[in-house]
Amino acid sequence: MNYSQFLNMIPEATLMLALVLVFFADFALYKSERKTFVLGVLTGALLLCQLVPCFLAEPATAFGGMYVSSPIVNVMKTILTLGTFIVVVMSQKWMASNTKLSGEFYMLVLSTLLGMYMMMSAGHFLLFFLGLEMASVPMACLVAFDRYKKKSAEAAAKYILTATFSSGVMLYGISFLYGAVGTLYFDDMAASIELTPLTIMGMVFFFSGLGFKISLVPFHFWTADTYEGAPTPITGYLSVVSKGAATLTLAIILMHVFGRLVEYWEPLLWIVIMLTITVGNLFAIRQTELKRFMAFSSISQAGYIMLAVIGNSAQSLTALTFYVLVYVAANMAVFTVISAVEESNGGRTDMAAYNGLYATNPKLSLLMTLALFSLAGIPPFAGMFSKFFVFMAAVGGHESAPFWPYFVVFIALINTVVSLYYYLLIVKAMYITKTEEPLPTFKNGAAINWSLAICTIGILLFGVCSCIYEWIDKAAVAL
Amino acid sequence: MVPVECYFVLSALLFFIGVFGFVTRRNLIAMLISIELVLNAVDINFAAFNRLLFPGEFEGFFMTLFSIGVSAAESAVAIAIIINVYRNFKSDSVESITNMKG
Repeated sequence: MNYSQFLNMIPEATLMLALVLVFFADFALYKSERKTFVLGVLTGALLLCQLVPCFLAEPATAFGGMYVSSPIVNVMKTILTLGTFIVVVMSQKWMASNTKLSGEFYMLVLSTLLGMYMMMSAGHFLLFFLGLEMASVPMACLVAFDRYKKKSAEAAAKYILTATFSSGVMLYGISFLYGAVGTLYFDDMAASIELTPLTIMGMVFFFSGLGFKISLVPFHFWTADTYEGAPTPITGYLSVVSKGAATLTLAIILMHVFGRLVEYWEPLLWIVIMLTITVGNLFAIRQTELKRFMAFSSISQAGYIMLAVIGNSAQSLTALTFYVLVYVAANMAVFTVISAVEESNGGRTDMAAYNGLYATNPKLSLLMTLALFSLAGIPPFAGMFSKFFVFMAAVGGHESAPFWPYFVVFIALINTVVSLYYYLLIVKAMYITKTEEPLPTFKNGAAINWSLAICTIGILLFGVCSCIYEWIDKAAVAL
Repeated sequence: MVPVECYFVLSALLFFIGVFGFVTRRNLIAMLISIELVLNAVDINFAAFNRLLFPGEFEGFFMTLFSIGVSAAESAVAIAIIINVYRNFKSDSVESITNMKG
């Protein structure tokens, strides 16, 4: 065997190295009092270093086409590494009360990230499946991390059962495709896939399996409970990083492998996206628990992310990746604030806790408002640009002006207004609602402040700096 | 030789028994067993397709082997989580773990 092939997968190799380093550091520090802090700093630093190989990685293939890393995948790896870095930073405060298991926490986070890398740069369904499982099985452990909280156990049980079930459904679809085509390589399958009932059935099963992971609407029932019960940093991780990896993979497989079946998966996507955005929004309105609220908001955001794919062009991948980048900044900011409030006030995550927050914690409220405005898509912030690009990508890529893509975008636009309403509900609670006992003023600690600073810079700059969009676009076109 | 349709029917039956069990069973362990049925249906499919339709290759067999391995890992984690649920709720039925509503 030719071991030099491993040089073609440098981001994976360096992340693996980071995992081993954290493992040994955990070993060496097992008696130290500052273990949690040191491990957190080490993991954060390693993730920052990890940005370099992801950013510089050249497109390459290894193992006879099993591993393919295209430029857009490398861009996505960079973005997800940044997201994971923010998660590690914001989890410091929560970790401080969980010191015994901090080493396991960081190792699990790194191994899920490794799984996502593998999944995105797969060129074969076997590697794709392994990557997906590597991302979702440790994720279940992370969701169950608060071992003595009932909610966490309940959330983890729901997550692991739906995750295994959905991967079973997905594999069943892949087995149909294998029976019809006789190969599992993406390139070979794209070249020889025919329009038969078997392949369409395989595609639908495959799509619904991945739909569970992204929580598109007919498959979203686990989302709210899992997001509510999981520890807050992990909820952020689930809603942003894991979702970003799965959406890009689904987009690449739909556009590349099922390229010939485009007239069959496009209507499927139209219906699913309209349902996802609408149902996610309507359920979000009536939530009073903030993490649950963010779960439904993230369902509808998943619809927006997938909206880019119906354009079926290079621009779609650009818009999708850019949306995920902006979503990382905005959503992580919201979850950092939730986490800060939760840790300082005995685990309160209900919306009533935010009444009058502006009077006692003005800075935190302001940053939360910026993040919510960005999620809703109000102009000066990055969220507006990402939504604009997604809409453009969705209607572009067609020769004539077709009715259905415009209709789907129209529904999405109306839903933007609805989403503005419920995001503003939180802003109203913080600024306007009068209350007898607002939360006392509390100090955030350095880690939370750093995390908020990074997210806020992202919210303010990602949209305005066109170089970022051009960087992603260059990578997407090169696919 | 047994024709490929027979395997196909067998795996489809297994798959839908698994799905039915997953939807109707009210016990976490029973749900896990149903999921295993789904995964076994997949394994049969891959192995039968490989043996009967594409002899001379091994892709399907490899997929079967890996899927068996991965599903073992998944059930290990799932059982650990179910034990944790049992410790917290003193029960492993689905009705007992519906605290979150909204």
